[in-house]
Amino acid sequence: MSNLRAIFRRELAGYFQTPVAYVFIVIFLLFANALTFYLGGFYEREQADLAPFFGFHPWLYLFLVPALSMRLWAEERKTGSIELLMTLPVTPLEAVLGKFLAAWLFTGLALALTFPIWLTVAYLGDPDHGVILAAYGGSFLMAGGFMAIGACLSAATRNQVVAFILSLVTCFLFLLSGFPLVLDFFRLWLPQPVVDAIASLSFLTHFASVSKGVIDLRDLVYYLALIGAWLYANVVVVRARMAA
Amino acid sequence: MTDRVVVSHLVKTYGELRAVDDLSFTVEAGCVLGFLGPNGAGKSTTMKIVTGFLPASAGRVRVCGHPIDAEPLAAKRCLGYLPEGAPAYGEMTPWQFLGFVADIRRLRRRRARLDQVVGRLELEPVLHRPIDTLSKGYRRRVGLAQAILHDPRVLIMDEPTDGLDPNQKRQVRDFINEMARDKIIVVSTHILEEVDAMCTRAIIISGGRLLADDAPAGLRARSRYHRAATVGPGLDAAARAELAALDEVALVEPAADGGLTLLPKPGREPAAAARAALERRGLGAVPLRVQGGRLDDVFHTLTRNVRE
Repeated sequence: MSNLRAIFRRELAGYFQTPVAYVFIVIFLLFANALTFYLGGFYEREQADLAPFFGFHPWLYLFLVPALSMRLWAEERKTGSIELLMTLPVTPLEAVLGKFLAAWLFTGLALALTFPIWLTVAYLGDPDHGVILAAYGGSFLMAGGFMAIGACLSAATRNQVVAFILSLVTCFLFLLSGFPLVLDFFRLWLPQPVVDAIASLSFLTHFASVSKGVIDLRDLVYYLALIGAWLYANVVVVRARMAA
Repeated sequence: MTDRVVVSHLVKTYGELRAVDDLSFTVEAGCVLGFLGPNGAGKSTTMKIVTGFLPASAGRVRVCGHPIDAEPLAAKRCLGYLPEGAPAYGEMTPWQFLGFVADIRRLRRRRARLDQVVGRLELEPVLHRPIDTLSKGYRRRVGLAQAILHDPRVLIMDEPTDGLDPNQKRQVRDFINEMARDKIIVVSTHILEEVDAMCTRAIIISGGRLLADDAPAGLRARSRYHRAATVGPGLDAAARAELAALDEVALVEPAADGGLTLLPKPGREPAAAARAALERRGLGAVPLRVQGGRLDDVFHTLTRNVRE
């Protein structure tokens, strides 16, 4: 537990020792707000809710989370510091969890800094604060899903660009699996239960209800199981890479 | 608990390649073991297995009584390791980096120990600068500081002096000699003089196989030059001919200063006979020196055959 804390602290501090933290937060806030106001038609809708704001989060995370996660393991492998880390009395699970939690919490910090938009909508109208809080929680969980995918794939390569592209494509597939575009295609030749299974893997499907303020246990379980599965894969990849 | 590192029948294969091939050795406390071999001999691979970074394909490693595969954490706790090139987290300062290692190592009296190690390795001037911006010498010292922070019983260093200037090399050697008293130290190098400067014992490996395991003096005794006599300068042609014809001499090589080196036949010592021959010829003033043997010669002879 204290190893986990030490790794977590080192990782989190690492973001602020480089421009990564500031660049990420600024870009995240810029895009989150610009998309909401220009593409989302925040004012034009004349509704006191944050639906246009949260609606863009999956697409925002699609690019920004892999940009954050790509260095998690690839950089350690490139610089050789992984040899140092893994010869300290640390288990691979502690290292995987410490890195993931730091990156996830950092994304959460960027998300929390979007609070002025909440204040704005509260000033302009009378929104349902419960819905907004639930949507924030759902958004944070979804970011964790993206991050777990990115962390695992970062461990598979020592090249950060490769890690970025692999994560982006994988996250994209997880997003798309809920789209009619994809589902219609599968519906042509797959039985309905399989199509449902594919749809049920979608980030969007699970995020849709949460962002409307409906906290369904299944969505919660989905995201936590997804994070757990990818982190388990992350441990496997780290071990396998050490053996190679 | 036994203060030993025991490596028995270690094998590491990468597909067809046998990087480490049935390697066995034991190191006891107070021993500084030099790990010699040409590049690609399996030195680094062996060290990575002993420190628990790589799993072995076969064979066993025990560090202070703990098998590295079954009890990795216990084994790693009594190990300090400086990987090749001293990797570190470049964006951190030495102070932050050592603090992180101290947290993982769960140091008691953390601050006092950190101050002690920082002082010992003279890191104060760069303590709060990012490691990426430090010179090679300082970066290596940060790596050493990290490795000795918890005062480990076993210290393993992969080419600790590689790429350093002569003064920095000397600092690192002095440091290792100082640490040597009560620890088990394993140092890999391909610089042969370092073996004399640091090691109480040396292992030569090539192609992953153990070729020799001996004290430096013992290794030198295997050299063709062991007990060879170097004579001159100041020899005339007749003297050269007589020295070359001595019963004890197997071969004559010209020495750098214009003299001769008389290589002995196995088990013989040409020095006395050469001295007598010189005196008979009235050349008693010509200098004569007996050689202990050359490590580079032993190294070359042993490793040459493996590569072919």
